Amino acid sequence: MSENGKVKAIVATDCGSTTTKAILIKLVDGEYRLIVRGEAPTTVEAPFEDVTRGVLNAIREVEELSGHEILDGEDIIHPNDGMRGVDLYLSTSSAGGGLQMMVAGVVKSMTAESAERAALGAGSIVMDVLASNDGRLPHEQIERIRHLRPDMILLSGGIDGGTITHVVELGQIISAADPKARLGAEYHLPVIYAGNKDAKGEVAKLLESKTSLYQVDNLRPVLERENLGPARDKIHDLFMEHVMAQAPGYSKLMGWTDAPIMPTPGAVGSMIEAIAERQGIEVLGVDIGGATTDVFSVFKKTFNRTVSANLGMSYSVSNVLAEAGIENVMRWVPFKLPELSVRNRIKNKMIRPTTVPQSLDDLKLEQAIAREALRLAFKQHKDFAVSLKGVQQERTISEAFSQSASGETLVNMMDLDLLVGSGGVLSHAPRRQQAAMMLIDGFLPEGITRLAVDSIFMMPQLGVLAEVHQQSATEVFDKDCLIHLGTLVAPVGVGQEGKPCIKFETTLPDGTAVAEDLPFGEMKVYPLGVGETATVKVTPARGFDAGAGPGKPFESTLSGGVVGLIVDTRGRPFVLPTDENERVRKLDKWAAAFDAYPAS
Amino acid sequence: MAHAYTPGLRVSEKTVIRKERRLPLKGEVVVAKGDRVTSDTVVARTHLPGNVQLVNVASKLGLPPEDLPSVMQKKDGDPIEKGEPLAITQGFFGFFKSKVLSPCEGSVESISTVTGQVILREPPTPIEIDAYMDGEVVEILPEEGVVVQTIGTFIQGIFGVGGEKTGEIAVVVDGPGQPLDASLITEAHKGKIIIGGSHVTWDGFQKATDVGAAGIVVGGFDDPDLKRLLGKDLGVAITGHEDLVTALILTEGFGEMAMAHGTFDLLKAREGKKASINGATQIRAGVIRPEIVVSLEGDSAGLQDAEGSITGLEIGSLIRAIREPHFGSLGRVTELPNELRKMESESMVRVLMVEFEDGEQALLPRANVEMIEA
Repeated sequence: MSENGKVKAIVATDCGSTTTKAILIKLVDGEYRLIVRGEAPTTVEAPFEDVTRGVLNAIREVEELSGHEILDGEDIIHPNDGMRGVDLYLSTSSAGGGLQMMVAGVVKSMTAESAERAALGAGSIVMDVLASNDGRLPHEQIERIRHLRPDMILLSGGIDGGTITHVVELGQIISAADPKARLGAEYHLPVIYAGNKDAKGEVAKLLESKTSLYQVDNLRPVLERENLGPARDKIHDLFMEHVMAQAPGYSKLMGWTDAPIMPTPGAVGSMIEAIAERQGIEVLGVDIGGATTDVFSVFKKTFNRTVSANLGMSYSVSNVLAEAGIENVMRWVPFKLPELSVRNRIKNKMIRPTTVPQSLDDLKLEQAIAREALRLAFKQHKDFAVSLKGVQQERTISEAFSQSASGETLVNMMDLDLLVGSGGVLSHAPRRQQAAMMLIDGFLPEGITRLAVDSIFMMPQLGVLAEVHQQSATEVFDKDCLIHLGTLVAPVGVGQEGKPCIKFETTLPDGTAVAEDLPFGEMKVYPLGVGETATVKVTPARGFDAGAGPGKPFESTLSGGVVGLIVDTRGRPFVLPTDENERVRKLDKWAAAFDAYPAS
Repeated sequence: MAHAYTPGLRVSEKTVIRKERRLPLKGEVVVAKGDRVTSDTVVARTHLPGNVQLVNVASKLGLPPEDLPSVMQKKDGDPIEKGEPLAITQGFFGFFKSKVLSPCEGSVESISTVTGQVILREPPTPIEIDAYMDGEVVEILPEEGVVVQTIGTFIQGIFGVGGEKTGEIAVVVDGPGQPLDASLITEAHKGKIIIGGSHVTWDGFQKATDVGAAGIVVGGFDDPDLKRLLGKDLGVAITGHEDLVTALILTEGFGEMAMAHGTFDLLKAREGKKASINGATQIRAGVIRPEIVVSLEGDSAGLQDAEGSITGLEIGSLIRAIREPHFGSLGRVTELPNELRKMESESMVRVLMVEFEDGEQALLPRANVEMIEA
């Protein structure tokens, strides 16, 4: 620490699968601000095989850009004395494949799903979910465990005081598989037991000699309640002790940091949770990376995270094509490109994942793929972010008629207040309008939704910083991290092209009065800058709902952003024209409304 | 940002090549340090634990799990034959006995009085690993494997499918820009590693498989053909386990693109020699690129650094563009500006100026070139 114990300079890195990003935060005029950001390729792989090389390169770039000396050779200078050194150094990591887990629970839709939620919440990739009723025979499950070689296994099952037979059977399967850790053949695979407390003894007998067994409180002690905290915390501890310690160069990096290294998605998740809690709103966040896409949500005060392990923009780009299908990718491309060329281009990006789009057409193709990656990742999230299954519900008469069941998705786009995008393709889009369009097309928000992006992709670093120095994390997040894009108004309903959809009335800050009847099938952007607000009156046509109910008008004060006030009358559900020329014409028209691309 | 470029693939004329040959589980090493080995010499062997079968004996006999010990005919660790009784009930005055027979040969691994299950393990499966390349055993990894070393030519490809193969190198094209089609492949290429030029056609690959060629090394291949070959769209680049007669290694990428001159000339110079190739590729944590190894006899004169010297981009560095619009073109760096520049896509990136072989000059993002390293 500097004089009087105050933290004055902080450097934080995020070691991604492709790039290591470093940020420098300093106390300037009494408030914490981001000073610069630097990056360098991650160096977990040969020929370097030492993550600290990339960290040092990224920090060196920060030094060059800021003039603030941080390194003395290969040592981080502690503490800061005004012009040299930092008071805190922190890091997150998803390099080396991140944290890869296998989870097991007795009933697939109950304890196994709770275990999956705990693992995902801790920032891991779930390679497989094993359950007594997953339809596989025991020898198939055993074969699968052996084949996958996860970093750790989370075993749960049974409510406290219930039968122990099934969870012990799962223990037998894991024991019979005699699983080996992914990294470091000399180490026992860590297994966390978070099931029925009465089975602890039997599970210990089965697994203690073959694995590194850790027992924590049951993550589903009763059907009606999850208790994911203890399992999540244990996963974080073991991530540091077992996984990070085995990855090339991490032991050295762990010696440098002032707080434990966090898995990147865990850090981003805690930021999203913090926004929802502070502002009391429903939030959806996405982090689209090179290998994976993470979606985070807080609806009805419930936090959920999903990771689509094979949807991403570099390593996994080809899988987006495989999962979405070429037609779905191509529907977003506003020009004709032979299928052979598209396929070869995407494969070439997969095998050389660090390249960037140089031409405008290449950028548009990449952003088309991003829309599909976002759409698919969000679909997975909606299917996973559900209310607890197997819970008896007390229903009112109206609920009984609406037939709502346990296990329904919590994601309600009409209730969503804020959609935050993060990750290279969104944060580094040459124009912010492009990020707004990708978010809108990928998620199709409904009603009124604020849109934002992580300016330079620093939520991971702020997430880990929040763990040790909340004030600086919050100040930098509010002032430098989130770029408000604006507010979207998107009525739900389907109409005919050109027929009335909504009447939109407002007075813009420059005094311009707007009163427009907007037809169906349009995109319109009104200027409303960062920090500005406008009171709008929205009158939907019959059959359209912009938030107050079908056909019901309402008034609301909306905030602006770097893009502005966006009205999307393309309808929900959204359908693109099937006619090739019409589709291209529409895409160009919508992009022009946003001024999304330079005139070609 | 000294390292903001993609380190290139290794193409070494003569270098020290070390290969770790490791068993998946502990076992027995069957060669000694200093032994000369050929690619097919077995260097270590072990037994993979057999499959596991779970038999719920208690439920089959209609007994509570805790009664299991009283009916079991075998105890933990006992060997058992297929059809042999695992458990027999007392019956009624010695009559009406019920029994459960073993569904497989193997041994009893455990008997649970909690679940009523008996776990049987089938006999282990023997596995062996070979030396993969001709050379010398330079290190023994006790109970796990060996390190084989040779002096030879080492070439990395960018992407491959199919596992380890060996065969004699046969160059069938006139130059690195000539596509490899079926007409160039004959029965004489059985067991050979065929070197093509810019591209292999689907018919060409099929013909190579039909004649039993061990491998193809070529500049490019089309993605729709890869889909036909694998029977699915390849989502993530993790390959090597495909059961293919002919392994395929691409040196440049997808589409039609001439093999780099250096790579082609080197393979041409090794024509007729035995090569070990491996198409296994993993572009994720722990990058693995496909490779071609040619062991060379004789002295170690002219040896290059095994790890390659890792230097940053410099004026004069030989590079290859690895993304449109100049994909595949080779050139030399003429300028390395420090400041960020705006591309046509409006991305602000670090750039370099390159002069291509045909004299054309272009500004490229540093991320879109790879160094041609020796």
